[in-house]
Amino acid sequence: MTQVIKEKDNIFSAYKFISRTREGRDPAWLVNLREKAAVAFESLDFPTTRVEEWKYTNVAPILKVQYRESFDPDPNGLNKLSAGNIEPFTFAESRGSQLVFINGSFSRGLSNLANLAAAANGCVVSNLGEIPNEYAIVARDHLAAYADYRDGAFTALNTASVSDGAFVYIPDGNVVETPIHLLFISAAEGPVASHPRVLIVAGAGAGATIIESYVSLSEEVYFTNAVTEVVAKEGAVIKHYRLQQESERAFHVATTHTHQERGSDYASYAISLGARVARHDLNVALTDENIETTLDGLYVVTGEQHTDSHTTIDHQKPHSVSNQLYKGILDGRSHAVFNGKVFVRERALLTDARQLNKNLLLSADAHVDTKPQLEIFADDVKCAHGATVGQLEDEELFYLSTRGIAPERARALLTYGFAEDVISRIKLKSAREQLNRMVLDKLHQSLEVE
Amino acid sequence: MLEIRNLHAVIDGKEILRGLDLSVKAGEIHAIMGPNGSGKSTLAKVLAGHPSYEVTEGEVIYEGRNLLEIEPDERARLGVFMAFQYPIEIPGVSNANFLRLAYNEKAKSEGRDELDPLEFDDLIREKLKVVEMDASFINRSVNEGFSGGEKKRNEILQMAVLEPKLAVLDETDSGLDIDALRIVAGGVNKLSNQDNAIILVTHYQRLLNYIEPHFVHVLYRGQIVKSGGKELAVELEKKGYDWIKGASARV
Repeated sequence: MTQVIKEKDNIFSAYKFISRTREGRDPAWLVNLREKAAVAFESLDFPTTRVEEWKYTNVAPILKVQYRESFDPDPNGLNKLSAGNIEPFTFAESRGSQLVFINGSFSRGLSNLANLAAAANGCVVSNLGEIPNEYAIVARDHLAAYADYRDGAFTALNTASVSDGAFVYIPDGNVVETPIHLLFISAAEGPVASHPRVLIVAGAGAGATIIESYVSLSEEVYFTNAVTEVVAKEGAVIKHYRLQQESERAFHVATTHTHQERGSDYASYAISLGARVARHDLNVALTDENIETTLDGLYVVTGEQHTDSHTTIDHQKPHSVSNQLYKGILDGRSHAVFNGKVFVRERALLTDARQLNKNLLLSADAHVDTKPQLEIFADDVKCAHGATVGQLEDEELFYLSTRGIAPERARALLTYGFAEDVISRIKLKSAREQLNRMVLDKLHQSLEVE
Repeated sequence: MLEIRNLHAVIDGKEILRGLDLSVKAGEIHAIMGPNGSGKSTLAKVLAGHPSYEVTEGEVIYEGRNLLEIEPDERARLGVFMAFQYPIEIPGVSNANFLRLAYNEKAKSEGRDELDPLEFDDLIREKLKVVEMDASFINRSVNEGFSGGEKKRNEILQMAVLEPKLAVLDETDSGLDIDALRIVAGGVNKLSNQDNAIILVTHYQRLLNYIEPHFVHVLYRGQIVKSGGKELAVELEKKGYDWIKGASARV
């Protein structure tokens, strides 16, 4: 216990730092929120593997590192980064609608909202710390309303540290065709901890496509502790791409909370490729009727990587549909965890819930722990869930070899084929192509795929 | 082109081929017939290099080289092709990507230019005609959700793309209705020429109504027990394999 407190004091003093540096610059409600979260953080312990939800993911290595404060926007001359430096991480469809953060700090120079200004009436995409006055009430009403800082130390720490972050507000009835890219880049020399915060609010009948990506310009050890909240009001349609491509020495802990109202349609595509240790919790509350929820996921880990995907789909009312497909590819001595809970509450009659987790092990030393869980308290529902763990099929490899395809290429082709159905669901062309390349590169494959 | 001498092959400790001899020259079509369990499919798989089969004795010389020492993918690039009795489904890999990769691997090994997707598209459209297949075929995942007939046609499409010197067709006629059989056989006939050789492995004579072999061999208990012209197939059809079994027992 003494050990834990010491770690908290030494390493995670960010929120103290932020309250000093931003004194007098933030609105009272935000200062108040940070203070309440800080109090909560002081009383919370970081989870150990004795906690059921963290059984397979040991956060101790994250806490051992001495991180630097990351709130100086220019600790290493990072503001000198040019558009060229970050170009590989951007997408053709969203170069005029991107918010860029470096080590958690908003970069005005690299952000570009030119395409949104013309396209979207009343749509607000801004740094959380600089929300126009007339929309501050939206942020105040929704920020930390879904990700409860009293529930866990990581969320509390993030909330206690809120300063810069991404705020996306799509007013009622407004459909924004241009995808909006929220790009979080880690680039410091030496270990930094950053606490990215995202709030997305789509009004009634609104529509948006959001890409949230976490990338690295360095191969350093650092820590990203991200919290994202998504609100889909009545009839809103949100496509949410989440790409985690951190340095393979980095730590990434993130939580996404999505709140869906009547008739809304939320589709999440969570891609996890990077980090030494990665954990993503995705919690979706289906709070009313006729909701559609799609959770697709792909994790690819090699070497000593560890990735943990925890999802909760909470059907609270009748007539909603959820579909989940998470696929994993594991090589080397990597370890993956999938834990997917589907709740069908007593009132959630006529729920249709499907959940599937499939894993492909490319190495005898790779390891996966998968636990799909259904908890049904209602009658007259359609629910299915399952998990598989397999290897490349010898007969498939032989078939390809009889067509002149060398063993390594055959393995690449079959591995790609395994992931293809998740990748092909990504409708954004450049994101899909980039993902194709990244997945194949990651597996040391040079296969050319159309 | 192909010389098989005293070939013995074992799977799971069981000897299936027991001293098989066969000689095939360019321009020839050979039919290997025989009852179930005689070793027909084993012969096809040994020629393709299936890792589950162990050759314990004998030799296979292909174009002057010891075929048994060559890896399956290298055999394919050297012009050996096997059409599978049960073609494998490969989810998530489009027929187009698969065929182009296979084509380019062979082209590369022969020092020819590889084709980009557009160039390959032109080529594949010509090849599709050989098996009377629709262009939509090539955008589907390899064999996934294909009917039995479509899978066999897809095998012949691959043969058309790869233009092998030696094609071994393992029960390509099995499970085909009469229309599919006509198309598959027609495709094989179009691909047969003076420079290549085809070995048809089949249980039934009916395929030979469409593809006329130069030689018919009867395989029984892992050996070729009788060889002849196409009339041998007709005789087998009339008398059944019991005639061979009886004859073989007397030898």
